[in-house]
Amino acid sequence: MPSREKVIFEYSQAGRGASDQWPHHPGSAALADLPAKLKRSKAPALPEVGELEAVRHFTRLSQLNFSIDTHFYPLGSCTMKYNPKACNQYAMLPQFLARHPLAPESHGQGFLGCMYELQEMLKEVTGMQGVALSPMAGAHGEFAGVAMIRAYHHARGDLKRNEIIVPEAAHGTNPATATMCGCVVREVPVNSSGDVDLAALKAAVGPNTAGIMLTNPSTLGVFERGIEEVARVVHEAGGLLYYDGANLNAILGKVRPGDMGFDCLHMNLHKTFSTPHGGGGPGAGAVGVAARLMPFLPIPIVAREGERYRWLAESDLPQSIGRLSAFMGNAGVLLRAYIYMRLLGRDGMRAVGEYATLNANYLLKRLEAAGFEAAYPERRASHEFIVTLKRQARELNVTAMDFAKRLLDLGFHAPTTYFPLIVPECLLIEPTETESKEVLDAFVAAMSQIQKEAQQEPERVRTAPHTMPVRRLDDVRAARHLDLTWTPTTQH
Amino acid sequence: MAFIPHTEADVAAMLAAIGARSIEDLFAEIPPSLRGSSLAGVPEALNEMEIGRLMSERATQDGTTLSFLGAGAYEHHIPAAVWAITTRGEFYSAYTPYQAEASQGTLQTIYEFQTMIARLTGMAVANASMYDGASATAEAALMAVRANRKSRSARILVPTTLHPHYRRVAVAMASNQGLKFEELPYCTVEGVTLPASLGKYQGEDITALVIQQPNFFGRLEDVDALTDWAHARGALVIAVVNPTSLALLKPPGEWGSRGVDIAVGEGQPLGVPLSSGGPYFGFMTARMEHVRQMPGRIVGRTLDAAGREGFTLTLQAREQHIRRAKATSNICTNQGLLVTAATIYLSLMGPQGLERAAAASHARSRELVAALTRTPGVRLAFSGPCFHEAVLLLDRPVAPVLKALAARGILGGLDLAPYYPELGPALLVCATETKTAADLERYRASLGEALQGARAA
Repeated sequence: MPSREKVIFEYSQAGRGASDQWPHHPGSAALADLPAKLKRSKAPALPEVGELEAVRHFTRLSQLNFSIDTHFYPLGSCTMKYNPKACNQYAMLPQFLARHPLAPESHGQGFLGCMYELQEMLKEVTGMQGVALSPMAGAHGEFAGVAMIRAYHHARGDLKRNEIIVPEAAHGTNPATATMCGCVVREVPVNSSGDVDLAALKAAVGPNTAGIMLTNPSTLGVFERGIEEVARVVHEAGGLLYYDGANLNAILGKVRPGDMGFDCLHMNLHKTFSTPHGGGGPGAGAVGVAARLMPFLPIPIVAREGERYRWLAESDLPQSIGRLSAFMGNAGVLLRAYIYMRLLGRDGMRAVGEYATLNANYLLKRLEAAGFEAAYPERRASHEFIVTLKRQARELNVTAMDFAKRLLDLGFHAPTTYFPLIVPECLLIEPTETESKEVLDAFVAAMSQIQKEAQQEPERVRTAPHTMPVRRLDDVRAARHLDLTWTPTTQH
Repeated sequence: MAFIPHTEADVAAMLAAIGARSIEDLFAEIPPSLRGSSLAGVPEALNEMEIGRLMSERATQDGTTLSFLGAGAYEHHIPAAVWAITTRGEFYSAYTPYQAEASQGTLQTIYEFQTMIARLTGMAVANASMYDGASATAEAALMAVRANRKSRSARILVPTTLHPHYRRVAVAMASNQGLKFEELPYCTVEGVTLPASLGKYQGEDITALVIQQPNFFGRLEDVDALTDWAHARGALVIAVVNPTSLALLKPPGEWGSRGVDIAVGEGQPLGVPLSSGGPYFGFMTARMEHVRQMPGRIVGRTLDAAGREGFTLTLQAREQHIRRAKATSNICTNQGLLVTAATIYLSLMGPQGLERAAAASHARSRELVAALTRTPGVRLAFSGPCFHEAVLLLDRPVAPVLKALAARGILGGLDLAPYYPELGPALLVCATETKTAADLERYRASLGEALQGARAA
């Protein structure tokens, strides 16, 4: 990889600028009406660079990244599959980009039609009765879901239900969401096979249960086999079931959350429907609900009336949990998901779950054959699986983090490390359906090489990476000596 | 199969390695009673050429318009380099920089972004983004409750001059945690928060005051007086600001005698296309003393094992993946790609370019207001200075007039009747640097005709 790149402010020269990009100055007379006491006294110290300097700087920065387009990126729970170029190109047609969010429906029938069809397709693949598209990420969708569950109980006068149950292996966003919704979290354990401990669940539910948040397949990379019983127990206690759609890719076209008994869910369109992850977003966290939660869906929603599409607003949905974005959520991301779904079609969508599962199970078996230990060896992998390196940590003093960093040297993005928290020294590996057998084989070879190095020259692994733009970074220093903005004096 | 590279031979070899007879066997752990989704409601696949045609038809159907809509989303010129670089696969198809050594490009970009936003707002620290300006405002209210340890009330004063959608998002996202949003009235003559309306809060426990500058009407609030009033009563101040305007207007870090505590805003004007409302990004800044109460990702510079500088996510003990139920927010994925676009935009514009964009927008909007108010039946709603948008009052209902303009390909602004019915027929109009004198004249002439048509009808 290329070596490091200066901070853009270090290129800055007073008086330089990409002036072709700038409008003409209207002259100071045009600003005469602005009162002096409300004006800025000193120009903001933004960089002053030419266009070519900026282009080179940011191009070089991009080259310091691993990405799906350049590297295998088996980051478990994140579904780093290929983002088709067509989705980006057609979502960026000039008319789509120029359309103002408050433009009238008469000048948005094409866009609204796409959104309506997206809602319908998402209902079909999840088995839900209603869909709203505006939540802007998975956690935002979780918020909408739990807020709807709470609103549902409140609307029935059942005000004391404020407990949200989550398995101990859940994504951190689940308990954090429950808190944001004013609920209390109760964790339930999973048993040694990776399924929810039903006895513990039965003991946990009661008159205060608002609902349960579950990922299925779970964060342990296995299908929750007791899901029907979980649904029965929670429903009989008066609670609702929330489906965290982070792992929907595994079961697309095979089984639907609605058929498993879930009342409410979010879908990570940036995972299952392949919109770009963008270095940390934007995502899109559309929500789906069963009939009894439909009145509470967040606005806006697109409705079809005859041949016309229109927005549903507060007046159409008086019990709605309200508005979660200034306008229409991440509309451009939604367009990309729509294009992806149309490109896949019915058969392609079914193939997603099948080949994601095939790739994961193949990679798991190959890694097991190479001597790595599966966390749940008796279980089928879903679209992802967990390898535990506790033996390597104990016997060789080489940790999951060391393996992860050494993988970078060998040209692979690391899997998710140290999540879920309940499996020691774990790597959560999700290859996705878009990777070829050759790539998976190369990954197995890299893991085997690292295993060999861990035995023969462990220091090489413990001090990895060696070939990246930086060596391992001092996170403790980063938190103790906060350096969050550049100033000339912060140069070391 | 689309985007799946497997040959039949690959599948056979992989199943043999697994010890399964078919792909279907791999799903044997799913109870059979749950199986069998037909996906009948999903259409057959289109190939790339077909989807291209479909999307072009849909885009053409929406057409192109001459738009004078603002109200929180603004049309500015976006330099060609911004999206040419932003859509490079290395930025576009990477994820949250969990593996710092393999993500220095994203991390350094965020660090540069944090620096630029802090300098623009005059604040000490910025985070790596929130979803949009509205959700950033809601998160700022939640943050203020955590940061203002002296206040017990969780009461947030919100002027009705704050964007109406932001007010609704704040209620939807924060009231479940017991926050109470109390609305402050505005002066119907001047279109700014009524200082007299603050009198009744004398001596009461207020957690924070929100101030939007310029406010939803485009009017400039007396930010110094409002900030000092709040601080004198132990309340924190949350500024909601337009980043373009900050090239001209006093940054929130300098409001009043000590500056605000938290400043947030909608980042869309910084190189992000209108795109029907998203993806945009919210920015969030704060005083250094509140950094541990901030939600979201923060990037810091540190040293690597060889003593060289590098960048990493920091203060992660605030976040959901570590603190779970006790995290400062549930936010995980944010709006990283838009932050990349904004960082490139601000680099290309620099202080001079951004000042020109702000000044030209201000000048165009003043010319627009001057032109439109020459038309009989149109007058300015409020006295006093505005930034790049303003409220006009018509002598008849706005909706039919806008409809007549739309039929001519002109989006004439936002009808305020659903939001501020007390103003009567009020229209919020905006013009930025993208509008020419000919555009303004076309609007003026068409508005005259539309009003005449309405009069005749």
